[in-house]
Amino acid sequence: MKLIKKSQRWMLAAGVAAVLLSVPAMAKELTGTLKKIKDTGVITLGHRESSIPFSYYDDKQQVIGYSQAMMLIVVEAVKADLKLAKLDIKLLPVTPSNRITLLQNGSLDIECGSTTNNTERQKQVSFSTTIFIIETRLLTKKTSGIKDFPDLAGKNVVTTAGTTSERLLRKMNEDKQMGMNVISAKDHGEAFLTLETGRAVAFMMDDALLFGEMAKARRASDWTVVGTPQSFEAYGCMLPKGDPAFKSVVDDALAKAMKSGEAEKIYAKWFLQPIPPKGLNLEFPLSDAMKALYKAPNDKAYD
Amino acid sequence: MHEFDWSSIPGAWPFLWDGMVISLQITITAILVGIVWGTLLALMRLSSIKPLAWFAAAYVNLFRAVPLVMVLLWFFLIVPTLLESLLGLPRGSDVRLASAITGFALFEAAYYSEIIRAGIQSVSKGQMAAASALGMTYGQSMRLVVLPQAFRNMIPLLLTQGIILFQDTSLVYVSALADFFGAAYKVGDRDGRLVELLLFAGAVYFVICFSASRIVRHYQNKMKVA
Amino acid sequence: MAYNWNWDVFLQPTATGDDTYLGWMFYGFKMTIALSLSSWLIALAVGAVVGVLRTVPNRGLSGLATAYVEVFRNIPLLVQLFLWYFVMPELLPLAWGDALKQTNPILQQFFAAMLCLALFTSARVAEQVRSGINSLPPGQKNAGLAMGFTLPQTYRFVLLPMAVRLIVPPLTSEFLNIFKNSAVCSTIGLLELAAQGRQLVDYTAQPYESFIAVTLAYLLINVVVMFGMRWLEERVRVPGYIGGK
Repeated sequence: MKLIKKSQRWMLAAGVAAVLLSVPAMAKELTGTLKKIKDTGVITLGHRESSIPFSYYDDKQQVIGYSQAMMLIVVEAVKADLKLAKLDIKLLPVTPSNRITLLQNGSLDIECGSTTNNTERQKQVSFSTTIFIIETRLLTKKTSGIKDFPDLAGKNVVTTAGTTSERLLRKMNEDKQMGMNVISAKDHGEAFLTLETGRAVAFMMDDALLFGEMAKARRASDWTVVGTPQSFEAYGCMLPKGDPAFKSVVDDALAKAMKSGEAEKIYAKWFLQPIPPKGLNLEFPLSDAMKALYKAPNDKAYD
Repeated sequence: MHEFDWSSIPGAWPFLWDGMVISLQITITAILVGIVWGTLLALMRLSSIKPLAWFAAAYVNLFRAVPLVMVLLWFFLIVPTLLESLLGLPRGSDVRLASAITGFALFEAAYYSEIIRAGIQSVSKGQMAAASALGMTYGQSMRLVVLPQAFRNMIPLLLTQGIILFQDTSLVYVSALADFFGAAYKVGDRDGRLVELLLFAGAVYFVICFSASRIVRHYQNKMKVA
Repeated sequence: MAYNWNWDVFLQPTATGDDTYLGWMFYGFKMTIALSLSSWLIALAVGAVVGVLRTVPNRGLSGLATAYVEVFRNIPLLVQLFLWYFVMPELLPLAWGDALKQTNPILQQFFAAMLCLALFTSARVAEQVRSGINSLPPGQKNAGLAMGFTLPQTYRFVLLPMAVRLIVPPLTSEFLNIFKNSAVCSTIGLLELAAQGRQLVDYTAQPYESFIAVTLAYLLINVVVMFGMRWLEERVRVPGYIGGK
């Protein structure tokens, strides 16, 4: 991998030299997404609307968040790579159920939100270098007495439809005969509402998102995140399948940001400081898995 | 009882208003296109040219058989690529609105065509015969004699269908388009105040639809007198 | 378009290992049928009562019935659904709300969806019933009263038997609508047909196969209902009326 990328960079450098010397020569034969972006001068980004703090709207309906910041780094890299003076950014909000289709049908060039990289999805799309690693845990009321997953036996538990947590929870219920009632809510907001209104005793989800939901609660101090992590998941940016040239530009940009410490600064901004719209602080410290990722960026899925 | 907290709404006002504009845009365009295309479908269905009649019947029955949510989903996933290649739209332009409008217009046309067909059939046969006796062609008698009367009778029904259509625009949430309901839902989701925003949205829809249906009723009564 | 078609996906065991994806679709299909039919029965009963009340001479009763119809007709189904499921338990006295929330969540979703669809549709049924009764010549009611029937008897023996036969065709389309409207119930997490379709997309990343299967299933329901209702319409047709022989 490394060697190929290096050689490409050399070719690029050679290309730059060629452009500087002879006037209208192309740097390299562009294909796929990069060519599309170059020809149209437009890049279309897929984002989420309420995936706090990864990708969501602030009160002025601007898209913000950790993943959005990482995606903008990629955009800058693409712009530099294609030597475009101007690159128009089009934003398209996506939902968990349409994001893959929108990427496949060409509506999107890239989606950075909170999408887990897994082998099933890899059949349809390609994933960039991992941008975040989460653990699946439980959000519950401090007074609920729930300390870990075995305490959930016979209780109502909520999770978000279509997520890894949903699978794990249903499988655990089946395998260990726990007699849980698993509620699958349409999105995280609805899942948290189910928890907050007392329909379920716990909400299983990616820990970072749980901290995000907790921050939105009427009384954030009533809630706590507990339980042994049931899985690790790698969030990646989704890219069109079978486009190695585009992927290498994206991966290089992300890896550079991680190694240079820029990514950690972005992390601090979204997880350790107050964030819009209500000035909440998630106080979610950098995990060991994340530290390892920043040291050695990779695009491995956990399943 | 739940502790209500309405503080999210004032700050979100511009976003909610934008959502309402989108809802109205979809409603009005879909009504206009739906009526034009629905009239054509109704004429085709009543036409003596069999393939046209079959096409119209198949179209109407197909669209009336599938839930609107599924139709919108299909249009959202397929139309964008199609529109881009057909109309040569600049790539990456936001086609969610266009695809929602297209989906609604084509879907509602099926319903409008049934209303219009009934309206045309309610005009007595003698009118058509009288028109042809005056030397008008089929097209002329339809356009100048039958359709004006049919539409006059149908206006309340068409408007009522329009109110239903306005309510149905809330279903565009499947394409993450922020219509009024979508906007309210998103604000509620972001701030953890879904219950408040849902109640608010319900109240707004009720006020609008109730007033609109009163106006239609008023118009209907006036027509009766005339 | 780069898409990997894979129709075998329906025969694969699901990610949770308890069934095949086809089994999931079938579960959703059964849920859609159960939900629609039970809502329809309630809608017919409530709609008939409200529709009759709208035509009675008592101002208070007819006003109440009118208010009922206006409320349920002028709020989008989607909003009503969220209100029933998320908001209604919050408005109940605390103990009731809490007791309700501790019941089986699938039942909660089902009942909220059923109640919502039933009342939404009942307002439309009531309108059909009212217009059916109003379309009868006023002489029928007067004749009934003149014969010494009380008002309820006139409704029971003269007006309703006639009106019921007249409103079968418009009710057919309401009946079809209830199946289509039930698709909205997937938004509160009820695993009916449309929801299972979406779940299939989430789990298998094969959207087109799933949408096609769900669309075909709705078409199937539609065709069956349409033939059934056409048979019924022929049987109850009133000779001498529009559409009658």
